Amino acid sequence: MFPASFDYHSASSVAEAIEMLQKLPDAQLVAGGHSLIPAMKLRAAQPANVVDIARIPGLDGIERDGDDLVIGALATHAAVADSAAVQGACPGLAEAAAAIGDIQVRNRGTIGGSLAHADPGADYPATMLAFGAEITAVGPGGERTVAAADFFVDLFQTVLDEADVITSVRIPAAAGTAYLKHPHPASSYAVVGAAARIAVSGGEVTACALGIGGVAGKAVLADAAASALIGGAASDERIAAASARIGEALDEPLGDLYASGAFRVHLAGVYGKRALQIAATRAAG
Amino acid sequence: MNHSVQITVNGESSQHDVEPRMLLCHLLRDSMGLTGTNIGCDTSQCGSCTVMLDGKAVKSCTVLAVQADGCEVTTIEGLAGGDGLHPMQQAFWDNHGLQCGFCTPGMIITAVEILNRKPDASEGEIRHGLEGNICRCTGYENIVKSVVAAGSRASD
Ligand SMILES: Cc1cc2nc3c(=O)[nH]c(=O)nc-3n(C[C@H](O)[C@H](O)[C@H](O)COP(=O)(O)OP(=O)(O)OC[C@H]3O[C@@H](n4cnc5c(N)ncnc54)[C@H](O)[C@@H]3O)c2cc1C
Ligand code: FES
Ligand code: FES
Repeated sequence: MFPASFDYHSASSVAEAIEMLQKLPDAQLVAGGHSLIPAMKLRAAQPANVVDIARIPGLDGIERDGDDLVIGALATHAAVADSAAVQGACPGLAEAAAAIGDIQVRNRGTIGGSLAHADPGADYPATMLAFGAEITAVGPGGERTVAAADFFVDLFQTVLDEADVITSVRIPAAAGTAYLKHPHPASSYAVVGAAARIAVSGGEVTACALGIGGVAGKAVLADAAASALIGGAASDERIAAASARIGEALDEPLGDLYASGAFRVHLAGVYGKRALQIAATRAAG
Repeated sequence: MNHSVQITVNGESSQHDVEPRMLLCHLLRDSMGLTGTNIGCDTSQCGSCTVMLDGKAVKSCTVLAVQADGCEVTTIEGLAGGDGLHPMQQAFWDNHGLQCGFCTPGMIITAVEILNRKPDASEGEIRHGLEGNICRCTGYENIVKSVVAAGSRASD
């Protein structure tokens, strides 16, 4: 299967990529190509111009910056999963990266591409919400930084404008993080993915967030469940009670042949609870 | 507009004039005659088209030839780096790790990646690592046995 014909342009800087996106008609970025190329082969996407950002130097870094991790848009899923800095600062993020697709997909796909694509079955979005990430993009008007909670709009939709290029993602370090997914047996995308973050001080949960992907058109925060856990011990009983409220955030579940909406909501409760338990254990150190 | 792509395949550099929409698997198979790289699903699922791109296993049906400009590719034909078999090929031979052989080139490249990343990968890690490669014949048992035999745990 061949994509429809298009012209190909390799950008050597972010500024050049933005210029190309503005100047060329019907232009689309390609990074790892692992969402765009399959779509182009199926002719679901037929951009007239493809702007390759993969050769832009300096966009694939993974660094610890004070209390944060800063990950370049071109960092591959494999690089994030294998990074000692990520495993140490935010184990849940390394787990999410390692859960994406298979080795070959992780060797090509990038964090910037995954966030821009905003697939409802993607693994990163739930972690971005739960771990409090900020996404930085550069466009014709300059640079802006958007909190993950404001970044995802709907199925395959983000706040990015047509000539915006994601350059990096900033994630606060948090030992008490975990990610668990129920992968679709054929596609490996998340039927349900749960990202949990817990902070514990003096035996009490002082902060908690739970992101759920795969169930709705975009990843969501299960706020009622997370707040229910704050202010007491991270005991199995309290985690179970809090998890019973995960469904409150999932009033518009998507269903398909493999998993109905109701089943996905059920799985979100199961995986959300387990992710909270793992995050609590890690938070306790 | 066509693009000129310079690519080093199995140690030999060559130049190709390609349409941007040409996939790496087609450059290898149709322009270079390296038909060991198979195209199975053509939808990024089966892994039969897996090759090494700058030392990393990738599905060549999901890479544009222009994206591989300036890169080094290793296909099953060049894996051994000369006459004879690569140790992974030998392990598949010894352990009957194939039946029809269609998935085998991709399996072997991915298996090499698994052991490159972790020479002492466990059987479980090997099974998990092969999740992007589908085999219609073997039921995977002898494939996994082959990779285990090629890994450093086998000599423990
Ligand atoms: C077989 C297979 C299995 C997969 N399984 C999973 C899975 O289990 N979980 C999962 O989360 N994902 C999965 N994926 C998707 C994979 O993670 C993709 O790599 C990812 O969604 C897109 O990243 P990319 O770099 O390949 O983006 P591309 O395909 O290059 O681009 C995707 C979109 O993002 C835009 N874009 C890319 N980079 C930027 C940027 N820096 N700024 C602005 N826009 C940009 C492009 O214009 C395009 O619209 C799978 C893919 C395949 C082929
Ligand atoms: S042919 Fe490339 S993954 Fe199946
Ligand atoms: S040996 Fe026939 S597909 Fe694997």
